[in-house]
Amino acid sequence: MLNRKGRRWGADACVVGFSGGGVGAEFGDPLRERMVVPSLKLQDLIEEIRGAKTQAQEREVIQKECAHIRASFRDGDPVHRHRQLAKLLYVHMLGYPAHFGQMECLKLIASSRFTDKRVGYLGAMLLLDERHDAHLLITNSIKNDLSQGIQPVQGLALCTLSTMGSAEMCRDLAPEVEKLLLQPSPYVRKKAILTAVHMIRKVPELSSVFLPPCAQLLHERHHGILLGTITLITELCERSPAALRHFRKVVPQLVHILRTLVTMGYSTEHSISGVSDPFLQVQILRLLRILGRNHEESSETMNDLLAQVATNTDTSRNAGNAVLFETVLTIMDIRSAAGLRVLAVNILGRFLLNSDRNIRYVALTSLLRLVQSDHSAVQRHRPTVVECLRETDASLSRRALELSLALVNSSNVRAMMQELQAFLESCPPDLRADCASGILLAAERFAPTKRWHIDTILHVLTTAGTHVRDDAVANLTQLIGGAQELHAYSVRRLYNALAEDISQQPLVQVAAWCIGEYGDLLLAGNCEEIEPLQVDEEEVLALLEKVLQSHMSLPATRGYALTALMKLSTRLCGDNKAAILEKMPLVERDGPQADEEAKESKEAAQLSEAAPVPTEPQASQLLDLLDLLDGASGDVQHPPPLDPSPGGALIHLLDLPCVPPPPAPIPDLKVFEREGVQLNLSFIRPPENPALLLITVTATNFSEGDVTHFICQAAVPKSLQLQLQAPSGNTVPARGGLPITQLFRILNPNKAPLRLKLRLTYDHFHQSVQEIFEVNNLPVESWQ
Amino acid sequence: MQFMLLFSRQGKLRLQKWYVPLSDKEKKKITRELVQTVLARKPKMCSFLEWRDLKIVYKRYASLYFCCAIEDQDNELITLEIIHRYVELLDKYFGSVCELDIIFNFEKAYFILDEFLLGGEVQETSKKNVLKAIEQADLLQEDSKPRSTRLHSCVKS
Repeated sequence: MLNRKGRRWGADACVVGFSGGGVGAEFGDPLRERMVVPSLKLQDLIEEIRGAKTQAQEREVIQKECAHIRASFRDGDPVHRHRQLAKLLYVHMLGYPAHFGQMECLKLIASSRFTDKRVGYLGAMLLLDERHDAHLLITNSIKNDLSQGIQPVQGLALCTLSTMGSAEMCRDLAPEVEKLLLQPSPYVRKKAILTAVHMIRKVPELSSVFLPPCAQLLHERHHGILLGTITLITELCERSPAALRHFRKVVPQLVHILRTLVTMGYSTEHSISGVSDPFLQVQILRLLRILGRNHEESSETMNDLLAQVATNTDTSRNAGNAVLFETVLTIMDIRSAAGLRVLAVNILGRFLLNSDRNIRYVALTSLLRLVQSDHSAVQRHRPTVVECLRETDASLSRRALELSLALVNSSNVRAMMQELQAFLESCPPDLRADCASGILLAAERFAPTKRWHIDTILHVLTTAGTHVRDDAVANLTQLIGGAQELHAYSVRRLYNALAEDISQQPLVQVAAWCIGEYGDLLLAGNCEEIEPLQVDEEEVLALLEKVLQSHMSLPATRGYALTALMKLSTRLCGDNKAAILEKMPLVERDGPQADEEAKESKEAAQLSEAAPVPTEPQASQLLDLLDLLDGASGDVQHPPPLDPSPGGALIHLLDLPCVPPPPAPIPDLKVFEREGVQLNLSFIRPPENPALLLITVTATNFSEGDVTHFICQAAVPKSLQLQLQAPSGNTVPARGGLPITQLFRILNPNKAPLRLKLRLTYDHFHQSVQEIFEVNNLPVESWQ
Repeated sequence: MQFMLLFSRQGKLRLQKWYVPLSDKEKKKITRELVQTVLARKPKMCSFLEWRDLKIVYKRYASLYFCCAIEDQDNELITLEIIHRYVELLDKYFGSVCELDIIFNFEKAYFILDEFLLGGEVQETSKKNVLKAIEQADLLQEDSKPRSTRLHSCVKS
């Protein structure tokens, strides 16, 4: 035997008398005379490349050698060709181009020397694939090699075919491979069978060719042939329901084979750690799974055997656990007896306690797949799952988190939430968001009491506030708003939380909202649920101001704080505007609208008159209005849902001065007058946002009769975006009474010409008035 | 199995066996990304990870990472056994194999793998049979040398 350890020797022994070495250098060999430089041996080249100190040096060596190799290919030297290609394959692995070796692979494969074929086929597998036209050229060589009867050569051909054989090649060579299936030599047969598997993957129609021999092959004793056959049958069954039905009849035979494997004694040749041929066992189990799925009879036939494997397999090492794992997967997927299913889940539960991290991983993954179908069985392992939250490996703790969340139900919610909240405090950052939203969702589904729910959300906001989703704020305000009995409790807790930490934005926002709403309850001092707290006005206002001015506060947060201050300023000062003191009506749980409510309140506070006006009727009637606006827009443009993120809300606020707008360079425009009722537009283009146009619509009434039920709607061309804010009211008292104002926000990033159509409806002098008109003479400064 | 990669701690590729047709460019990209991902793993982490739509099973033996990409329905634990079996075969063949053996005899590493796996599936579960097959092929390679070499050969044991 050759000493394979010798690194400096290639397949060619060095020859005495010729410097630099070379293969088979015969005296007077014409080829030898032609070659000026004897070619490097493979291992010498590798040595040289590894000796290069820099990338540049390596490149130089390789480029030089590749030039030699190319020249050698051009010269058509058959003697050294295999060595040249081997060197080329080495540099190819380092990432250098080697396409000029493709044709050489063909030549080497066609050679009669085994050395050539070995390297040639290897080259084909590495350099040729079905994308290259050249790959078809080896089909003929393969065909010849398959039929010429030297086993190692047949082996090479089959191996290559099964690695890179294209659909075309497979079609061409299927008959040859079929012949080899029933040949005497197991060495060739086992390879032929797996080549057939590849062929079916490439050309499913070939199933009809390779299905018939399976029955006979299944009687073989040779493990390699059996393994290949079972792989082949699995492939056939996965592709065709007819094949699946056909092979159900071999279930008893498979059961027999597996039983023999499991019960037979220790065999050195095929065993790993005391488990007989785990590769074969796993493959059989997998096929049984496919055959037993949704089929009572087959499932029943394999029931006992599965129980036997599940209980008798040695689980001290990975090989046994691999078989056990496959068994569990099979049990869970077929129509197995209830007791067997429980056994399988318990095995997974035991896996969770295994010291081997890999075993715990597959257990968690599998339990997650089963948690819906076998919920109560998985529930039994909840404590172990929760333990896995403490895993140091993030991929395990992530799985544990998913599984834990799936296991929360109404009876265990309190305990589970405690665990999950503890986890939230210490979990790796990339799991925080998922954990937070998981907790919030579970809390929503299973909260035993409202107070518990509020406490839970509060805790999440304090622990992981930056990782919660946007709607958490809206959800919490909704929740608190709807729990009247908990207003005092909520505002107190939120105040305390806020006083401690103003950095967690969602928490600050909710707290600010709550203080604004229920500030009076906060100051009242009493609440039986928690410690009595003496807070005075000054402290509350100071805290809100601190939020407002903190550099940590987002614009949205500032908006909430500002609104709260405004609410408090009216509420606490005992202003006699009854409307403002009314608590906010509970709005429908809907992101945009919840903020709409917040916006409404801002508007209200700013214009010092509050009258919540539903905007839905406006939206539906707008359709009519927009139909009338022809021109660029053929389609309807609905006013987009009011900006769902509070950040957007704040922009409004900051855009609007709190006092009547400073004189704008754009002149006002009177657009409508009828019997003393006037409509006036004023325009603002905020300098920091050139695409934005703010129009304040003011309705005044100098007549003798009140204007009531006043509604103004608007439409703009499609390329512009329009948002209507809620009007300040819908009544303009007679003789110059307080006007109604309403803000339109128009976004016009493309500076398209502004067109505006208005529709007014109101009651005046006991009559319903409707006016629809397009505004003329819009100043160009409003859009240019 | 879709592919198997062997690479060093510095990310140098030592063997690549692809059982699915991909362009050279795609192979390079996958290799680069996967090598980076695996090298970033801490030593105490489990041997499995999810990457794109594949399951990756990897294990480090001394200075070499053995990395396999398997499909969703494949058994991760048995894949670990496949990797281990391959290492055992290399060890038996080279006698206490080290990375250097695989570097200088990379074509042998491929030949051995090709006697153990075929088309991404296990073809032979007997260590003895695999090693025997390699031996026979090596002998055939010896025999196929031109006569002159064998007469002139010197340092052969």
